Amino acid sequence: MKKTITALLLATIALTSTGLVLAAGGAHLESANIDVDDKASLQRGAKVFTDYCLSCHSAKFVRFNRVATDLDMTETQVMENINHIGAKFGGTMTAVMTDDYAKEAFGAVPPDLSLVARSRGVDWLYTYLISFYTDTSKTTGHNNVVFKDVGMPNVFWKQEGVKEAVYEEHDGVKTLTGMKVVEQGTMSEEEFHTMIRDLVAFLSYIGEPNQSYRKSLGVYVLVFLFFFFGVAYAMKKDYWKDVH
Amino acid sequence: MEQKSNGLMGWIDARYPATKTWEKHLAKYYTPKNFNFWYFFGSLAFLVLVIQILSGVFLTMFYKPDTALAFQSVEMGIMRDVEWGWLIRYFHSTGASAFFIVIYLHMFRALLYGSYKKPRELIWIFGMLIFLALMAEGFMGYLLPWGQMSFWGAQVIINLVSAIPFVGEGLGIWVRGDFVIGDATLNRFFSLHVAAIPLILVGLIFAHIVALHEVGSNNPDGVEIKKNKDANGIPLDGIPFHPYYSVKDIVGVIVFLMFFSIVVFFMPEMFGYFIEHANFEPANPLKTPEHIAPVWYFTPYYSVLRAVPSIAGSAFPGVIAMGASIVVLFFLPWLDRNPVKSIRYRANWYKALLAIFVVAFIILGILGTLSPTDGRTLLAQICTVYYFAFFLLMPIYTKFEKNKPVPERVTMK
Repeated sequence: MKKTITALLLATIALTSTGLVLAAGGAHLESANIDVDDKASLQRGAKVFTDYCLSCHSAKFVRFNRVATDLDMTETQVMENINHIGAKFGGTMTAVMTDDYAKEAFGAVPPDLSLVARSRGVDWLYTYLISFYTDTSKTTGHNNVVFKDVGMPNVFWKQEGVKEAVYEEHDGVKTLTGMKVVEQGTMSEEEFHTMIRDLVAFLSYIGEPNQSYRKSLGVYVLVFLFFFFGVAYAMKKDYWKDVH
Repeated sequence: MEQKSNGLMGWIDARYPATKTWEKHLAKYYTPKNFNFWYFFGSLAFLVLVIQILSGVFLTMFYKPDTALAFQSVEMGIMRDVEWGWLIRYFHSTGASAFFIVIYLHMFRALLYGSYKKPRELIWIFGMLIFLALMAEGFMGYLLPWGQMSFWGAQVIINLVSAIPFVGEGLGIWVRGDFVIGDATLNRFFSLHVAAIPLILVGLIFAHIVALHEVGSNNPDGVEIKKNKDANGIPLDGIPFHPYYSVKDIVGVIVFLMFFSIVVFFMPEMFGYFIEHANFEPANPLKTPEHIAPVWYFTPYYSVLRAVPSIAGSAFPGVIAMGASIVVLFFLPWLDRNPVKSIRYRANWYKALLAIFVVAFIILGILGTLSPTDGRTLLAQICTVYYFAFFLLMPIYTKFEKNKPVPERVTMK
């Protein structure tokens, strides 16, 4: 009986992991390799986010005062450095652009970014943001490897420089295999990737502001349960010592 | 029943069966002494019910059943602005999946040790009704956060109702309260999820436990302990539920809470299986997600649905098969003709059949989370045929089973 159960459990684990691998699929994504406990990285990310993203996108579930508390920033720092939209300290991150203007300019309202790290995943965001290349057939002048024909322009083109797609041709079929920098931007590749990493870390933070606290609390809960288990197990042993 | 005649308890006992109930269901409820690992899941299911009701009460205080407000009330209100709201929400979302894990293991225990057999058929029937109510509860609860998967998952399931010939279309409108899933649907699902179905669940669980305590618990040997009693009429192999199993179940509860806490605190999305990634986007009726999959606990039946080819463009045969895959379980006590309860004393080939059934069920579950390909559909069809054959051929093959001798008394292995 025990053997059967063990065999079943092993089979289940094997099958489930196969399922997980099969379910993953899709395009190759770079690892975002972010650290949401690195406050300096989050502060830099907040600046990039409010400088560049908030012009068109909103993060309407995020309050400035919460960001201040979580990122160890003072009210003055937040109001002067990252609140460019004239919101109150307890206000939320709304887009500068109006919905009507967005529809006229881009054909659609850019998605709210409060939860984008949770719906897309941080690796996808990181890879997406470093995967723009020049495509003159597009109205934005750019296309993207992981999000083909995306409506969003490459807002970091100044920092990143001009990148072109590299194609490989087999039997008349062109496949995109990579990108190469043809004109250096104001940042080196490493500086640029660090900036995007900070931005993705901030997006991950606003996706779930209490994620660091959640994990640290979890450690205490498990330690408590571990000791509780010891006591409960000893009690069970004692009560059951006369049962044979 | 012996009763205290004085003091506060005496006063109460003269007016209400407090001591009597305590003794009948706990202190003098004689339970087989040989329960193993598989017998933890009944009390754990009760624990999860309590977790769901308590967390649900607090979520209801902050949730807004309105298509314009629902998503924000969950993702901004509860997850950010409400003190500890995130924790209560994760208790509830993890609890939903935990409920199904515990219930599936509880049902598997019944399969292992023949707990559905005479005289426990009604316990099984009540249990199956609880399982059905739980599925309805899970399905309706999943619409409430009003995310993309809430909307499109509900769309897929309600469209199944519409696949019923002649009355389907009208029935679909009746269920939704509208021509599309909208505010009316969200409001009625909220009402059913927080009031109607929990009441039904609690009533059924009460009946499940009353039936159990009437006939007594089965055990891993499948031996009736009431057949061997001492001079006082106490089963020789029985021990009082309290304190023996109350202290033992506490150990089970703590181990369960460890696993539960690992999910709640370190992986609340459980890689997109407990909270699907697409559900972090608000419901958008104009944008179909690339891949729609029901939550994991429905996927085995969803696979059965997809495995059956549609006839003349109608998915109705699949809907019938999906319904039948659950209905067939109700008949289990009468399908299994082997008088021996425990798998310990049944034929080795039956153990193999049961093991293959478990594997087929898990494969169906995994396939239900994936988009179909020709190969996957074939695999799902093979598993579906096995699923039904395992149950429907039971009356025939269980007659030919060569059992091992069943002991008179329970064993402590």
